[in-house]
Amino acid sequence: MTTFWLISCLILLSTAGFALGRHRALVSAGGQVRNLHSLPSYYGTNVALSISVPPLAVLSVWLLAQPLFIESHVAAMIPLEMIPENVNLSLVMSDVRRVSEGLDIAIYQGLMSAGEVEILDSEASDLRGRLGDLGIALGSDVRPEILDAARRYRTMSHDGRLMMTIVVGLFALVGFSRSYGQTDKDYRARNAVERGGMALLIVAASLAILTTIGIVYSMLFETINFFGLHNWRDFFFGTTWAPNFRGDSELSILPLLWGTLYISFIALLVAVPIGLFAAIYLSEYANTATRSFAKPLLEILAGIPTIVYGLFALLTIGPMLVRVFGRGDDGLLGVEWMTGATSVLTAGLVMGIMLIPFVSSLSDDIINAVPQSMRDGSLGLGATKSETVRQVVIPAALPGIVGAVLLAASRAIGETMIVVMGAGAIANFSGNPLESMTTITTRIVSQLTGDTDFASPETLVAFALGMALFVLTLGLNILALYIVRTYREQYD
Amino acid sequence: MSHITKEAHGGSLLAQSARTKKRNAAETRFKAFGIAAIAVSLLMLFVLVTTIIGKGWGAYQQTFITLQVELLEKKLDKKGNRNLSDIKKVSTFGYAPLIKSAVTAKVEELGVETGLKSKQLVGLLSKGAAAQLRDFVINNPDRIGDTVEFRFLASSRVDGYLKGRVHRESIDNDKNISPAQLDLVDALVLAGVVEKTFNIDFIIGADASDQRPEAAGMGVAMLGSLSMMMVVLALSLPIGVGASIYLEEFAPKNWLTDIIEVNISNLAAVPSIVFGILGLAVFINYMHLPMSAPLVGGLVLTLMTLPTIIISTRAALSAVPSSIRDAALGIGASRMQAVFHHVLPLAAPGILTGTIIGLAQALGETAPLLLIGMVGFIASNAPDTIAEGLMSPNSAMPAQIYEWAKRADPAFYERAWGGIILLLLFLVTMNTVAVILRRRFERRW
Repeated sequence: MTTFWLISCLILLSTAGFALGRHRALVSAGGQVRNLHSLPSYYGTNVALSISVPPLAVLSVWLLAQPLFIESHVAAMIPLEMIPENVNLSLVMSDVRRVSEGLDIAIYQGLMSAGEVEILDSEASDLRGRLGDLGIALGSDVRPEILDAARRYRTMSHDGRLMMTIVVGLFALVGFSRSYGQTDKDYRARNAVERGGMALLIVAASLAILTTIGIVYSMLFETINFFGLHNWRDFFFGTTWAPNFRGDSELSILPLLWGTLYISFIALLVAVPIGLFAAIYLSEYANTATRSFAKPLLEILAGIPTIVYGLFALLTIGPMLVRVFGRGDDGLLGVEWMTGATSVLTAGLVMGIMLIPFVSSLSDDIINAVPQSMRDGSLGLGATKSETVRQVVIPAALPGIVGAVLLAASRAIGETMIVVMGAGAIANFSGNPLESMTTITTRIVSQLTGDTDFASPETLVAFALGMALFVLTLGLNILALYIVRTYREQYD
Repeated sequence: MSHITKEAHGGSLLAQSARTKKRNAAETRFKAFGIAAIAVSLLMLFVLVTTIIGKGWGAYQQTFITLQVELLEKKLDKKGNRNLSDIKKVSTFGYAPLIKSAVTAKVEELGVETGLKSKQLVGLLSKGAAAQLRDFVINNPDRIGDTVEFRFLASSRVDGYLKGRVHRESIDNDKNISPAQLDLVDALVLAGVVEKTFNIDFIIGADASDQRPEAAGMGVAMLGSLSMMMVVLALSLPIGVGASIYLEEFAPKNWLTDIIEVNISNLAAVPSIVFGILGLAVFINYMHLPMSAPLVGGLVLTLMTLPTIIISTRAALSAVPSSIRDAALGIGASRMQAVFHHVLPLAAPGILTGTIIGLAQALGETAPLLLIGMVGFIASNAPDTIAEGLMSPNSAMPAQIYEWAKRADPAFYERAWGGIILLLLFLVTMNTVAVILRRRFERRW
């Protein structure tokens, strides 16, 4: 039974349980609601929750644990000498999974019977060809050990699913009989339901922590694997990024970090002055009409998906820059400084546009939080408006503005689509903004898309890069929060 | 102080002193900077919007060529028994001669003088024309032998010529089109055989291969996005609201609550690509969910939108005054009842607004989808059932746009911009609904 149907059954059962529980409570009270401890629907909800929640919890734990259990069990079946050099166990396991999946499809389509699969001989029957016909492509012929493992995998997954269905059903049954048996006019159903509800709320809230743990775990293990395959000194202190498939890749983060920071710097160079002046004008000078007209328009820039900015960089800003700085004598400046549309400047300019509303709306909030009395005091002493802004408002709002800039920087460093489309793919240490450069996020995308082999350092480096990106942006955020909290002037 | 005293002595109150002039000039400059900043940002917005509309509009128009094709029985059904399995044996190659003769006949009928060979004549049509013919015959085997009028897609070069993307000067090195062919197109346009009309297939159709940009559409990718949004809505709304209620209404002040709160605000700032790595590692490599499936995309986007929804829901809950809770508690409600019967309904408009804005963000997100394989995949078939829509590989709107932007043929760029118009239309609609909800139902206490 598939998970989908199992869940549907549980939902149906709990609906029935609701009606039964409610009915039993009413009967026990002689049909008089006032004799009940709780409202009738609480009795029903109690039964319904007991039927659905524990089995669902078991189900999700089971679904998470079963693959791990089966894989470790089946992996033990594969003799060590079976695994060729440079090939990781996980690759062999994915072969095993593919074969077992193929067998399943073959049985489902009636090409083989379940008994036939059990006595199948990998040498005699052309299993690779037969599975190939079903759309399961295998890299090499199926060896007997793999076939054995695949058979074992198949039976274990089937038994696992069956066991799961039985256990889930059992939990539902126990939940039902317990809660239905308890249902009585004196039973404190509301308290029970509220305890259950509270537990669910706590689970929902802890999901945020689970996500963070998931992020860290998913990257940490592969990062450790990566450092097992690749020298950490090269990753942190090398100077070249040149992945290849001969096994002597140079994978250093430094050129990527340089590209990332350079592009982010240009983006901030565009976004911070424009965003800050826009915020100052909107909060200090503009009348209500201008404000209510310009502010939502600026917010639109923030709501545009990054893919749109990416396309804008690749197809509009990039070619425009080439027309100015490139093409030799045909260009506007008559120079040949830029050959392709992708460059640091292309990505930086467009990312700057994207960050303008981010900087301006954050700074706007912060400037508005500076009390009016400080402005009044400054104006009263004869300062002009701009002097007030420069000498009173900005210094008072400075920690907040620095925080906003740091948040914008963290955004710029983690931005993916604009640099994937606008920055290029060549890692170099140049300082020329018209050259194309690559960033951490671009490399993560290119190392993890297409044909990936999770046993090679060229793929695993993406996890190390992801970890670095995560730590970098997290550090910037925490620093921003720290600055805002520590240096914030308390006005009230 | 000395210079001030001097000026005060020497100057008149009515004449501006040099220093005052300087200060006023600085004031004007400062204000001008502010206006310039706003103007630059708005200009950028304007340029962006006009670029999108200007370049994407073409995708909603398509060039069609109307031809009368004689469905010859001896080519399509040699045995003459209208047996469907026999008809299906004729591949698209078998249909090509029919199209060739139909084009030649049309050109002769119009009496256009052209030195083109029949192969070049067929080159005016999309490469999918034979497949279109074959589908028609398989669906209507009884029409074999008749002469039927068809509207075929023109090839992307002809389409580009009519839209002004392809010029006579720019085709010198292009194998796919020649000036003589363009002369013929001009003649056919005059005769009304070639015409440009609204292109519904771009909105409801499927993606097409590299060779046929004229046939590519967003429809299937839109279904992929829709499936993902259903997953996001079904998971992130209950979880997000549950978490917010706990944190805002029940959580005791302790270290665990602090950790959760810091966690949520940090998750909101984690780059989206990191969520893609999480999805790849956990959902695909560990749980073996299918690659490119909208279910996986939905799960990843759920984790990404949760912080947004939690933050806005908490704001909506805390905006409900505590007098409401006190009143409910005072007449004997439990804390849970006070929240679920009174606070939550009053906060519902704010929660909905936040959810819609979170969904809009998720709809436009691309980076995590790259890592879970929703790019580089030609979504050619619409899924039949909801389960298939969730589990079978599909694309999504932003991923489809990225896919088109990567292809070599510039005809796909027009599709990409057109796709962006569609995507932005969805986003504008969702945000407008959110604003209307807020205006109409939000209560100020």
